Amino acid sequence: MMYTFRPILVKLVPKVRLSILGWAGAGMVALTVFLAIFAPLLTPYDPTKAVGPSLQPPCWEYPLGTNKIGQDMWSRIVYGARTILIVVLLSTVISMLIGVPLGLISGYAGGLLDRILSMIMDAIYAFPSLILAIAMAAALGPGILNTAISIAIVYVPTYFRMVRGQTLSIKEQLYVEAARAIGANHTAILISYIFPNVISIITVVFTLSVADVVLTEAALSFFGLSVPAPTPDWGFDLKAGHPYLLSGYWWLVTFPGLMIMILAVGFTFIGESVAEYFQAREVRT
Amino acid sequence: MTSLKVFVIARLLLVIPTILLLVSLVFFIMRVMPGDPVIAIVGMKAPPERILELRKALGLVDESGNPIPLPIQYFNYLANLFRGDFGRSLIWGKRPVLVEIMEHLPATIELAMAGFLVSIILGVTLGTIGGWKGGKMSSAVKIYSAITYALFIPWIGMMLQLLFAVWLKVLPVGGRIDPGLEPPMITGLYLLDSILTGRWDSFVSALRHIILPSLTLGLVISGVFSRVARTSVEEIMRQDFVIAARARGIPEHRLVVHILRNAFIPIMTMMGLQLALLMTGAILTETTFSWPGMGTSLFERIEYRDYTTVQGTVVFFAIIISVINLVVDILYAYIDPRIRY
Repeated sequence: MMYTFRPILVKLVPKVRLSILGWAGAGMVALTVFLAIFAPLLTPYDPTKAVGPSLQPPCWEYPLGTNKIGQDMWSRIVYGARTILIVVLLSTVISMLIGVPLGLISGYAGGLLDRILSMIMDAIYAFPSLILAIAMAAALGPGILNTAISIAIVYVPTYFRMVRGQTLSIKEQLYVEAARAIGANHTAILISYIFPNVISIITVVFTLSVADVVLTEAALSFFGLSVPAPTPDWGFDLKAGHPYLLSGYWWLVTFPGLMIMILAVGFTFIGESVAEYFQAREVRT
Repeated sequence: MTSLKVFVIARLLLVIPTILLLVSLVFFIMRVMPGDPVIAIVGMKAPPERILELRKALGLVDESGNPIPLPIQYFNYLANLFRGDFGRSLIWGKRPVLVEIMEHLPATIELAMAGFLVSIILGVTLGTIGGWKGGKMSSAVKIYSAITYALFIPWIGMMLQLLFAVWLKVLPVGGRIDPGLEPPMITGLYLLDSILTGRWDSFVSALRHIILPSLTLGLVISGVFSRVARTSVEEIMRQDFVIAARARGIPEHRLVVHILRNAFIPIMTMMGLQLALLMTGAILTETTFSWPGMGTSLFERIEYRDYTTVQGTVVFFAIIISVINLVVDILYAYIDPRIRY
């Protein structure tokens, strides 16, 4: 059997026009991605090894200084971009992989299944996100995948709720009924008629929540619940540098925290801009 | 029955399954731990008696050392919680978890309240100015809201510590009060207790200690309020009564009062929604400023792998948030009849 009819609304990547603020945010995120990709070319030292004197202030040889064990802070910052971006990417993919199909099925099937799933998701959603992630991470133990899972659980309900809501309204559309009339089965309807139309909402949820994901990762690693010790990680370095703050070793905490903020603010600006674009479009149509 | 009563009863009934789901979630999260939690706590070389003792404390085995099946463990856990028994700490004299929580709770409440106050004053003032002036000022407040939302609390706290405590040396770097100045315990809130007992030296000390943490927490949450205040003031400014008032020549400073009165409901709705964020924020703020509240205690216990206390604290947070949400919902229904459904 062949379906020649394709929904008109299909857009795999929604076209979004960013405001100036959005472009500024994109620049901040691009900087972090640049550091992560070209890390080996940008750093003179191994970020996990002691390469200089202990607690050296920023100087020509060590641009951002060294920490207590003599690791080069610049190298740790650059490689730290990799850690946080990998965790953010991984956890987002996991929450999408769970939240989106469940949302589709729940919204499409309705009935008891929908009620139970919605109730569980609402309960998780009501839980203070950081505390849930901390409990998960404490239970699972350190590691990149475990951290990503702990964060992902928190954001599954966000994807679920939005996708479910969208599915509820799409399934009443005429073209879905038409598809059913020509004999498409449920799986086909879900995959080729409904799913393409929730993609734009997934983009919006992603851009709005990703800054939160960054801050949650930073918080988990600040609590020592993210990746194990020698791996460069901004939140961990911030925590490690804190005891030396009193003695005036300012560079240990200033730079890792600044990077967390640049990445989070960058994503927030993009999110603001994308949300504004979709809102404006909704008003127009 | 009035519609308000119906709403309150329906909302009360809804909170039971929510709390049940939350505590079940915590139970299963703590049980998905890979490997043996007891070995994780004491290490491989621990004596068998110590391992058995911990298994009993965690509710994994019964008195004679036979393993308890998971469904029964779950049932026991719920039954204990229902009786208000959060279990006992695995370390430090095995004190009841609830006692530990209650010891740290007032500090967290004091910090959360102070932070909340700072955020409302900062946020509502900036938001009103932005909405009132419009144009560039409005955009500036918009950017402020976006940035504060993305601030990482420990970093902001450390920068404030660096500036005010390390370089300028005008405020203490952390803690809740200077040692020896603790006021007599009445409510557990140092600021309030020192006023009630007339201990001014305690009051000044507590105030000096709370400035930086509450500023950190308040700054981060203020963005949400400045956003709501800005958008609602902008919306109200466009309404007919404002135009009419201006046409009649009512002075601007009196107009502000009328506009703020109308912006009150959306701002208050936001306040209720931010309480969960306030709790999460308090945890990070406490750890940064060694503030002896629930966040600092949670952080310490994670490091010591004191799983019963960690589990108890998390459950306690979940219950508190559910109850706060319940109270907020009922308050709204009371204030604004349109909310009842």
